[in-house]
Order: sequence, then structure tokens, then C-alpha cells
Amino acid sequence: MGDGFGGGPASPGVLNPKAEIRKPKEIRKPKEIRKPKAEAASKLGRDMSTPQTDRAVADGFAVRRATRPAWAVLGERALEVLIYLCGISAIVFVLGIFFFVFKEAFPILGNKQFSLSQFLFSEQWHPTSELNKRYGVLAMIAGTFSVTALAMVIAVPFGLGAAIYLSEFCSGRVKETLKVVIELLAAIPSVVWGFIGLTVMSRLIVKYTGAPVGVNVLNGGIILALMSVPIIVSIGEDALKAVPDSYREAGLALGATRWQLVWRVLLPAGKTGLLAAVLLGVGRGVGETMAVLMATGHAVHIPHSPFDSVRTLTANIAAELGEAPANSDHYQVLFLTGVLLFLMTFVVNLAADLIVRGIRRK
Amino acid sequence: MMFTETPLVRRKLRQERLAKWIFFGMTASMIIPLVLIVGYLVERAWPSLSLSFLVDVPARGMKEGGVWPALVGTIYLVVLSLAVSAPVGVLAAVYLNEYARDNWFNRIINLAVINLAGVPSIVHALFGLGAFVYAARFGYSIISASLTLAIMTLPVIIASTREALASVPRSFREACWNVGATRWQTIKAVVLPNSISGILTGIILQVSRAAGETAPIMFTGAVFFKAVDKGDLFPYGLREQCMALSMHLYTLSTQVPGVKESVPFATAVVLLGSVLVVNATAIILRGYLRSRKKW
Repeated sequence: MGDGFGGGPASPGVLNPKAEIRKPKEIRKPKEIRKPKAEAASKLGRDMSTPQTDRAVADGFAVRRATRPAWAVLGERALEVLIYLCGISAIVFVLGIFFFVFKEAFPILGNKQFSLSQFLFSEQWHPTSELNKRYGVLAMIAGTFSVTALAMVIAVPFGLGAAIYLSEFCSGRVKETLKVVIELLAAIPSVVWGFIGLTVMSRLIVKYTGAPVGVNVLNGGIILALMSVPIIVSIGEDALKAVPDSYREAGLALGATRWQLVWRVLLPAGKTGLLAAVLLGVGRGVGETMAVLMATGHAVHIPHSPFDSVRTLTANIAAELGEAPANSDHYQVLFLTGVLLFLMTFVVNLAADLIVRGIRRK
Repeated sequence: MMFTETPLVRRKLRQERLAKWIFFGMTASMIIPLVLIVGYLVERAWPSLSLSFLVDVPARGMKEGGVWPALVGTIYLVVLSLAVSAPVGVLAAVYLNEYARDNWFNRIINLAVINLAGVPSIVHALFGLGAFVYAARFGYSIISASLTLAIMTLPVIIASTREALASVPRSFREACWNVGATRWQTIKAVVLPNSISGILTGIILQVSRAAGETAPIMFTGAVFFKAVDKGDLFPYGLREQCMALSMHLYTLSTQVPGVKESVPFATAVVLLGSVLVVNATAIILRGYLRSRKKW
């Protein structure tokens, strides 16, 4: 918006409300000018018909001035202050989230029985044990990463494939329909995905792989893949759309097939955008709660195969926060896990944003 | 000059057809399982699905009966949260698109919006618990839960509104400024009326998101069970806790043993159905309004 949006919309000579507030009574209001102005303005909106006009003769030019009542000017000022406050609300909320989550977690950092290195690098999680409390979330970190990694292994090729199909191989009605379907796919609530994982997917997994339990890394990975595919498709399609058409035309003029065009031109040209799409998918995977809570089982240990049950960082909070008494160590550690999650997704989203911004600048 | 098909060309064309079918297959393989799964859910839910399932209250320790209290609770949460996030989000987008200059401060605002959108839902829950339930002393209540949801939906409303505002051509604004309108008059008379369809679509899409979220309300105001009269339209006070469809589905499928089999399936279908209907409405509305656009 740097292109003059910051400056005033009208030149100061035409409209200077402050000057009018000071001496509104000295101004004569000839009717023959007021009427056409009001008519012209009424096409724009009702409020535009209120300004009264006057004629001031300066240097031989007739200058029309719009005067508005003081309350209207003040009201507008107040509204603009409100708009500004709403504008900065996003910053307030991001800081607020970090502040409040960190505030609840803070006391545990000063606790002698707690050490940050144990928190990050131990897989012993015994929050309710009487004698030997252990707060290590390594197993949960491993759970989050294994499920997210598996989901990306499935979702990235399919998502990018669908993005390529949408942007290069189909058009018109088919494209519009597919885009709508993908948008609807993105709207399915995570708890419904979790339910699908719990009831449909787990039975399929037990039936076809012979795994003892159906709720495991594989289940969570498939569910999470289905959830993050829409975001990868839509961002990936945008990235491909951003590749200039002249690249395509040059490729086609050289006699390349569409496949060659995709493989040799579009993928290299759009790779940063596609990377951003993947990163946003990862961000969604790491932060997803209900679906993985219901689909991955509840075992706190580092998984060795896709058929092991795991627990993710998010699922751990969701499962245990209800049982942890407020301000207990357990409760504070769960909030600390929240801080960890916040920072992780912050980094991933920041990276994705920087990449997207870099493309736009080019 | 005649185009002759050499073996090389033929091979390349075969390759292209193959690529097209593979990419089509990838697209289809995301959509077909989904259709099958939804079909399966409906089939399993069929014995319980009826109009009375919607207006009945849960019976026999939630093992049977309907979803009325959860349905009403979800409506409460959605309406309240959007009543907060829609005006704030729209005004924030107006600021970002119409007032803000391209300086470091506004770049930070943009960054904040993007990161707010990426905050995991469970972290929103922690924030709601710390800020609204404890610090603001709203307790476990509908207010806390809907404010938490409002903050979660806010960044997406800002983003979609901004997109709608940015699609109004700059010449419209310039024409308005040139007849002497102030910045806010221009926004009110020209920018907002011309982008209202896009703004509304963005807000409607967030209705379904707010209705579907579970984690943010789980620890701020939603409960497993609350006794409510059948068909009662105003069963909850704002400082009370409430049931919600998404939470109800989670409870039924994981916490309550011995539920009649079709009940959780029917709950899932009701939740999924309402979300899809709302979204489809928004998409149809958007398509209709887009087709009427004159620029």
C-alpha cells in the first residue's frame, strides 16, 4: 500500500475540515451551488449530501469548500481511532497469547525439581507419580514429528500433484468443481477427522495390515495427510499461478510437452512457493489437536514403526489438562508444552511467510 | 509444413498423457475416499438420523437420545464468537488495506495476523484458560469459550476481508476522493458496499470453522453434559457452561462406554452436514455475486 495510500485522499485546498469548524457562521451559503453538489454526491451515498458549500474568492479562482458539522468530524476521528485499535489487535492478541500461556508456565521454571533439559530430552513422562515425578516430553516430540512426517510423505506428493493438475491440466468447469470440493474438504472439522480415524480408519488398518491396534502413527498420519492436503493444494496452486505465462509460452514454443513443461520449467520456477505450501502443511500438522488425539492412541513412547501408538504434544495437553489441578506442577508443565508448541509453529509459519514474501518481491 | 510424428514425439505425447492421468489420479484419490467415508458415516448413522434426533435431549447417560443441547450450545458459541470477531476483523482489515502505509510497524501487524492464524488450537485453549477463565474471571463459561473462538477466527476474517477490500479497484476510491469525500466516507460509501459479498463469504466460512473446533472450547466453557429441556431455545446463561456438537462427538466416541452404535455416527453426520451446508451456501453465494460483478 505504499503507493500514496498514506497521503490524504483529497488535496488540502478542496477539503479542510478544521478551517471550517473555526468559523462556520461567517460563511455564506449560496443555494445555487449547494444543490448540484448535493445531487452529484448523493450518487455516492446518502451521507455525501450533507456537506454545505460556500464560495470564497481567492486570486480570481472560485473555491468551493465543503463544511461538515463538528460532530461528524469528531465522530469520524473516533471511528478512525477504533479502526486503528482493531488494526493493531492482531499484535495485541499474539503477544497476549504468548504472555498468558507463558505466565501460567513460568513458575515451573524456577522449581528446583524441574529442569529444562530434562523436559526437552527425557522421555520419562510421569506427571502424577507420587514419588518419582518426571516431566520429559521427548516421546511426545517424537510422536508429533513421526505423525507429521508420515503425513507429509503422503500429503506432499498428492497435494502438489493435485495442485499441478488443477493449474496446468484442467480448466473451466472441472477446475472450478475440483476447487470447490477441495475447499469443502478443508472445512471438515478436526473432531470429525478424529472420529473417522477412530472408527473407519482404525478398522481398515487392523483388517489390512494385521496391526494389533488400529490407532497408531499410520492412522494419525493418513488422517493428518487428508487434513493438510487442501492447504497444500491451494497454496501450491497459487505458487504455480505466480509463474509468469511467458515461461509456459516459451516452453511450448520450443515444443515441450506439458509434462516437460511442468518438470523442467514450472517446478523449478515455483519451487519456493511450493516449499511455502509444504511448510504451511507442516505447521497445520504440528498444531493439529483433536484428530491426532483420537487417531494415534495414547502410548507415551518413541515409536519404532508406523504401527506403534504414540502421543503428540498437542494431544498430551488436550488429554491431561482437564485432570491437572490449576497451578500444580503438572498444569504448569502442560502450559510450558504450549509455549513450546507456540514457538515451533511460530518458526514454521514465519519461514513460510518469509518465503512467500520473497516471491512477491521478485 | 506437415507435422510428422516421429517415435520421439510419440513417446513424449504418451508421457504427457500418462502424466495427466497420474495427476488426475492423485486429485481423485483425495476426493474419492472422502466421498466413500462420508457415505459410510451416513450409512452407519441412518438408524438414528431423524428430525427428532435434532430436538431430543441425550437419554440414559448419553447412550441414546438426541443432540439438542449440543446443537443449541454450538449456535450460542458461534453467534457470540462471530459477533466479536466479525466487526473487529473487518475493521482491522479496513485499517490494513485502507489506512496502513507500508512501514515496519504494519509489516509486524501482517506478521502477527499470519502467526495468529498458525497458532495451534490447543494453544488457543491454553490462552483462553489463562486469560478469560482465570485472569478476566469469566470462569468456565460461554463467554470465555466464545471469546477464545473469536480470537481463533479473527486472523482468517482479517485475511478474507482484506482480499475482498483489495479487489475493489483503486479508481473507485480516487473518484470518490476527487469529489471531496473523506477517507472514511469513501470507505463507507464506495469500498464496503462494493466488497460486502466477499466480506460476508469470509465470515460465513468462519461460522463452520467456529462450529467445528473442539480444543479451544474444551477447557474454557464446553462440558460433557448439561441437562436441558427438549426443544428449549434459550437454555443457557452467558456465564454458564454449555454443551457443543464437536465436544459432544468427542465425548460420545471416547469417553462414554456402551453408547448405542449409531448415535456418535449420527452426531458426526449432523456436525459434518451443518458445516458443509454452511460452506456450500457461502461458496454458492460467492459464485453468484462474482458473476454479477461489473468490473
